[in-house]
Amino acid sequence: MKLRSAIFLASATIALAALTLAGAPLLAADDKIDPVADAKAFQKFFRDKFPKVKFEDFVNGPYSMNEDLYRQWQEKEQFPPYEFSLEMGKEMFSKPFKNGKTYADCFPNGGIGIRQNYPYFDEKEGKVITLELALNRCREANGEPPYSYVKDEMAALTAYMAFTSRGKPMDIKIPNDPRALAAYENGKEYFYTRRGQLNFSCATCHVQSPGERIRAEVLAPALGIVNAMPIYRSEWSGMGTTSRRFTTCNSQIRAVPLSPQDDEYRNVEYYLSYVSNGLPISGPGARP
Amino acid sequence: MRNLMQKSALVLSLFAAGAVPALAAGSEDEFKAAYAAAEAANKEAGKLRNQWTTTANTLAAAKKAADAGDFDKATASAKEAEALAKASIFQATSEKTRWKDLEVR
Repeated sequence: MKLRSAIFLASATIALAALTLAGAPLLAADDKIDPVADAKAFQKFFRDKFPKVKFEDFVNGPYSMNEDLYRQWQEKEQFPPYEFSLEMGKEMFSKPFKNGKTYADCFPNGGIGIRQNYPYFDEKEGKVITLELALNRCREANGEPPYSYVKDEMAALTAYMAFTSRGKPMDIKIPNDPRALAAYENGKEYFYTRRGQLNFSCATCHVQSPGERIRAEVLAPALGIVNAMPIYRSEWSGMGTTSRRFTTCNSQIRAVPLSPQDDEYRNVEYYLSYVSNGLPISGPGARP
Repeated sequence: MRNLMQKSALVLSLFAAGAVPALAAGSEDEFKAAYAAAEAANKEAGKLRNQWTTTANTLAAAKKAADAGDFDKATASAKEAEALAKASIFQATSEKTRWKDLEVR
């Protein structure tokens, strides 16, 4: 009897172990970081949710969600509110630093038509480099003080660089480097993590509720949201960068914002840009 | 009985002699302890990169009330700030796995 019990117990243990081992690869596969599959699922989600919206129109944010707003925006584009900033950016971009060099010396193709490649993962540094960060590093490398990341000069420079890239499809690469995959995954985690007293994540507004109103605002879809940056916002009465958008989103949900260009913000921009690959650059944009 | 009366008289005379601030000082101690606990919890939330603006605002309100000498109000605000900070810690901890529930797959 004892022997029979022992055999039964041993068989049960082996069966349990086999089940555990069989289940392990499934769990591992489920947890595997797969940006290609993520981007495909992300884009499909928005196409299915808004079957009437043309794919390339998602970059127009709330205007793609609401016909009345779309018409108003088309009229506004006759005399766009970001124009003054664009002109300022163009002038700043060509004006030499004190050492005689210009921004063009810091970027591939002289900085023209390259917005769609930012942010990128720098394998030497092991971190994500955004366009705003690259611009300030360019200034510092040439003996100039860095600009505020959130508005004015930085918005003007990025507005000009986006304008020269309009229509080019977002083209973010994730190199075969575990650090790049980790940065992408951390960005995704940040995007979906609820924070602040209101317990909102980025996805609460921009995945679960695009097209809905939050007070007077129509929420933009997350798909293509970074393609329109920087933006003129009537609410701000001025221009704002991607950094400004992230920090103000955090404040609005009663979370203490991180510092612009902290790793979390760089990673979430990397994630959002990657899943928007293929959509055209439309910046600078204008928003209510 | 006589002893008790003597003690009561002593307490009354202490009040009359201005011993009330000594009781208020007790309230100040209570505020200091509550404020320190709230600050510690908020610091922990900071380590988790998940502080709430409302915690900071409530801590500031506690400090302001204490500076004005209203230690009851200050202590209440400090306790509220601690509760907010603890809620932000709970949120950050639970979201370590819960964020995946929202993910588009």
